[in-house]
This record gives sequence, C-alpha cells and structure tokens, in this order.
Amino acid sequence: MTAAFLIEQALNGFQLGVLLFLLAAGLTLVFGIMDLVNLAHGSVYMVGAFLAATFVQWTGSFLLGIVLALPATLVVGIVLEVVALRTLYARGHMDQVLATFGLILFFNEAVRLVWGPAGMAIPLPDFLDATLALPLGIVYPSYRMFIIVVGCLVAFGLYWLVARTRLGMLIRAGASNREMVGALGVDIRLLFTAVFGIGAMLAGLAGMLVAPINQAQVGMGEEILILAFVVIVIGGIGSIRGAFIAAILIGVIDTLGRSFLDVLLLAVLNANAAEAAGPALSSMLIYVLMAAILTFRPQGLFPPRSG
Amino acid sequence: MIGLASSRAMRLVAISVLLLFIAVPVVAPLIGHTFYVDVFVRIMIWSIAALGLNLILGFGGMVSFGHAAYIGVGGYAIGILAYHGVDNGFIQWPLALAASGLAAMVFGAISLRTRGVYFIMITLAFAQMVYFLGVSADTYGSNDGMTIWNRSEFALGGTALDLSDGTLFYYLVLAILAGVFLLVRRIVASRFGAVIQGARSNETRMQAIGVPVYRYRLAAFVISGLICGLAGILMANFEKFVSPDMMDWQSSGVLMFMVILGGMGSLFGPVLGAIAYLILSELLSNLTEHWHIIFGPFLVLFVLFVRGGLAGLIGEQRAG
Repeated sequence: MTAAFLIEQALNGFQLGVLLFLLAAGLTLVFGIMDLVNLAHGSVYMVGAFLAATFVQWTGSFLLGIVLALPATLVVGIVLEVVALRTLYARGHMDQVLATFGLILFFNEAVRLVWGPAGMAIPLPDFLDATLALPLGIVYPSYRMFIIVVGCLVAFGLYWLVARTRLGMLIRAGASNREMVGALGVDIRLLFTAVFGIGAMLAGLAGMLVAPINQAQVGMGEEILILAFVVIVIGGIGSIRGAFIAAILIGVIDTLGRSFLDVLLLAVLNANAAEAAGPALSSMLIYVLMAAILTFRPQGLFPPRSG
Repeated sequence: MIGLASSRAMRLVAISVLLLFIAVPVVAPLIGHTFYVDVFVRIMIWSIAALGLNLILGFGGMVSFGHAAYIGVGGYAIGILAYHGVDNGFIQWPLALAASGLAAMVFGAISLRTRGVYFIMITLAFAQMVYFLGVSADTYGSNDGMTIWNRSEFALGGTALDLSDGTLFYYLVLAILAGVFLLVRRIVASRFGAVIQGARSNETRMQAIGVPVYRYRLAAFVISGLICGLAGILMANFEKFVSPDMMDWQSSGVLMFMVILGGMGSLFGPVLGAIAYLILSELLSNLTEHWHIIFGPFLVLFVLFVRGGLAGLIGEQRAG
C-alpha cells in the first residue's frame, strides 16, 4: 500500500461522491420543497442511462448522445410529475413511499420490455478512454476525472441557480413556506414541475455518467438510491450544501472502507477473522455512520430551518 | 375500546377466512391442487409478519421500512444453528426469537430517536446493514443463500412433533397465526395499546400526562420485531432455505404494502392484505412474466384512490 494508491482510492471515492450528489440534489430539493419522498428517483437515473445508451448508439457520438438524452430525461421527469406524483404531494410519507415503490416496479419492467434484460454498454470516445498522469506517479483514468469535473461544474451551477437566480429565489422561498409563495401569486404548480424536472435531469445525468463504467442495467437505480437517501438524511433534508458535503463524505468513506478496512482490521484481528469481517463491515460502514450521525443529530448535519 | 370497533361484516370475513385456512389442506387434494397448500402456508406466514408490522405501523404510527430485517434475522438464526448441527427446536426457536428481539431493541432504540421521514430512512438503513451482513457471510452462502437440510426437531420424552409432515406443519402455522392475532388484539385493547395509539394521535399530550412515550414505543417495536422474527423462523422451516433476498428492501416494501392493502390499524386487515397480495401476484405472474408492469401502476392507483384498504372497503372503522 502506497500513498499513490491511497490518493487514487480517494479520487475514486470523490468520484462516487460526485455521482451521489447529482442524484441526491434532486431528491433533497423535491423533498425539501414538495415534501415528497420519491423512491422512483432511482428509476429516472436508470432511464437516463438507457436513453443515453440509445442516443449514443444512434448518433455514434458520446457527447451528442448525452446532449440529446438530457432533455429526453427532463421530459420523462416532467411527465412523471404531471401524471403520477403531483397528486401525492398532499399525501403522507407512507403513501408516497408505497406509490413510488410501485413506480419502481413499473419502470424496471418497462425498461426490461423496451431495452431487453441484458443491459447496454456505452462505448467511450478516444479522448476519454485514456489515462492521465498525475503527480506522485499516479495514473488515473481520464473518464473518471471527467465525471469529477462535470459533477463539480454541475454542483457549482446548481449553487448559482439556487443562490443567484430568480428561479432559485422561488425555490428557496418555496422550501421555507410554500403556501406564502403561492399566495404571493407565484404559479406553485409550475414551480414544482420545474424543480422536479431539474432534479430528474440531474439524476438522469448521473445515470448517463455511470453507464460507461457499469453499463446501463435494469435495477441499477435501487442500490444507489438508498445511498442517495443516506446522503440526504445525513446532510439534512432540503439542504443542497448538506447534500454535497454528505455525498462526498459517503463516497470517500465507502470507497476507502472497501479498500482499506481489511488492512486496518488486520492490525487488531488475525488474518482469517479480518478477511471474513472486512467485506461485511465495509458494506455496512456507511449505514453505521448514518446511525451514528442520526443518534447525535436526529435531523442530519445541516437541519432545515423550520419556518 | 375505539381501536376494536369492527363491523359485523368484518367479523364475518375473519371467520370465513379462518374456515378457509382450516379447509385448504382437506379440500386441495380433493380438487387435485395440492400446490395451493404451499401457497396458503406462505400466505399465513406473511400474515404473521404483517400482523407484527401493523402493531407499530397501523396502531403506533411508526413507519418502519425495514421490518424484513427481523424476518431475516429469525430465519438466518435457524439456518445458522442448523448449519452447526443444532436441530433441536427447543434451542433453535428461543435463540432465533432472542436474536430478532435483540436486533429490534438495538435498531429501535436508535431509530425511535428520529421522526417522520428520518425514521423511515434509518429503519431502511438498518435493514440494509443486516442485508449486507447476509450478502457478505461467506460461510452461510452469501448471495446465494443456504439450504437448511432438516426442519426444527421438537422431541419431548417419547413424543415428537414431525415438522416435515406437511399437514402438521400447515396447522402449526395456522395455530401460531391465530395465537399472534389474539396477542395483537389483546395488546391493542390493553392500557399499553392505548398509550401506543394515543402517542400516534398526539405525542405531546401523551408526554404531558406523564407517559414515557419513548419506552412504550420501544417495547412495541421489539414486540413487532419478535413477531416478524417468528415469521422468519417459520419461513426458514417451510422453505428449508434462507437467503439475503428475504430481507432486502423490496421485501420490507412488500410487507408494508400488505399492511396498507389490508387496512392500516385494522386488526384483521394485515391477514387480508397478505392474502390479497400473494394471490394477486400469483395470478398476475401466471398471466405474464412481466407482471410488475401491471402491478406497479395498480399499487399507485390503490394508494391514490383506496383509503383504509380492504378493511375500509368491508366497512371496518379505522382505529383511533
């Protein structure tokens, strides 16, 4: 184990964190503003990946495929909001969990019917299918670096959107008091649809970015969705800043845990026990972290200011 | 008690269901569909778990999205003991119950500090922890699960209870289901049950009159976990197989759906929910391999348009 390996794994963790942030941003906005627990967010992530794979196949260009798939995912998100989710805003969390659980079943099966059960790969263009030479002799895949850069740009753009634009002002106002925003003459339904659409597009983007590494697959949304929920719960529901910090935290801890926990355990346990406990503990690590954080801060690291 | 207000129609349905359960092993071979006996054992086992979840979900207002974990702990405890050669049911069952109760106590103690969606998510997170523990347990089959060669043995003196006898196992499960139902009914009607339901309606008021709400909730959570653990014990014995799938988050979702389908806070609702869900999925999956594409939207429509579940349709008042 060297410092170079440590840094490489930390970068991998950062990259996972960035993806988680893309997914968690929409989730936390939708939750903070519409008070909606949307389990089907992971389905949009999956649909985004499949749309991108299809468009890349059609156009033969990676970037063009992504550019086409983004508005397509936006449309899917808006249709989903208008057809199914809009009526759920006024319902309790449990109804929402259950109905969106139904949507997951629907989306998984629909994707299986349309694209087949096998999954789709997205080939990378040459300029991304290479490695970067970093200082300290670290060789890092350029595509992973691309994800980090894109993710950070989006995070910055989102910050600008929420903090500096009129739409962002409405979003923040909506998060602290929806009724009042509506009473002031803002079309609240349109605002909700816009927020949901943006969130869906970000989730789709995350799916598109991950597809060249892991393929677009049926059910790919579920596991990462639970991670994204862990992120927004740790970060404090409704907080973009909290989501970003928690996403990076979870990404790095999860990745480092998987790479180094067995080595650390070796220091206190014998080889057999460490080898057995390592994988179990590392996949449980973030849930332990979440439990620990919620024990001391039941509303997450950046709790929403209750209005 | 308000919580027990049930219509005569509901009582009639409950008695009919009981008679149906009793009749299945007799009638199924006559009409040449012994396969239905297995379907009904599954229905009864899931009914037990749903009754357990309903205690905290329906009556206590605690939305646990991770109750499949306790089914898993109960099931795995049987599997692990059997793997190490402990087949004696008198040892297996109490240990399995203790394991699921302990898990519920630890997870509940932490989860109950949170409210609302945080509670939903932290119960889910704990269930995921248990799930991944199962996935990474190489000795016990990891992802693929493990086969249990022998069902629990109950032998006392000269008499032995042979659980590999299908009919006997069926009626044992039915007896346990009836017992759990009566237990839940008794709990809901008790002073303890009144506190749990009162805390759901108005926690602050409950605390103001000096009730340690947290402790009561934790006790209810543990009881509910124990009942699910019991369902897990039966499931492991019936399928002679345990795998991480039985405690993944979709199982927790399905369990929750059964409770809501049947009618939250209705005493008998969860049993109806389990029957309806398992029969519906059986029928739909015979219809098409892609039955989720029908079932998913059905779930959404059900949530949107049917309030109070099947029990509500039958005319039972909701508790509280």
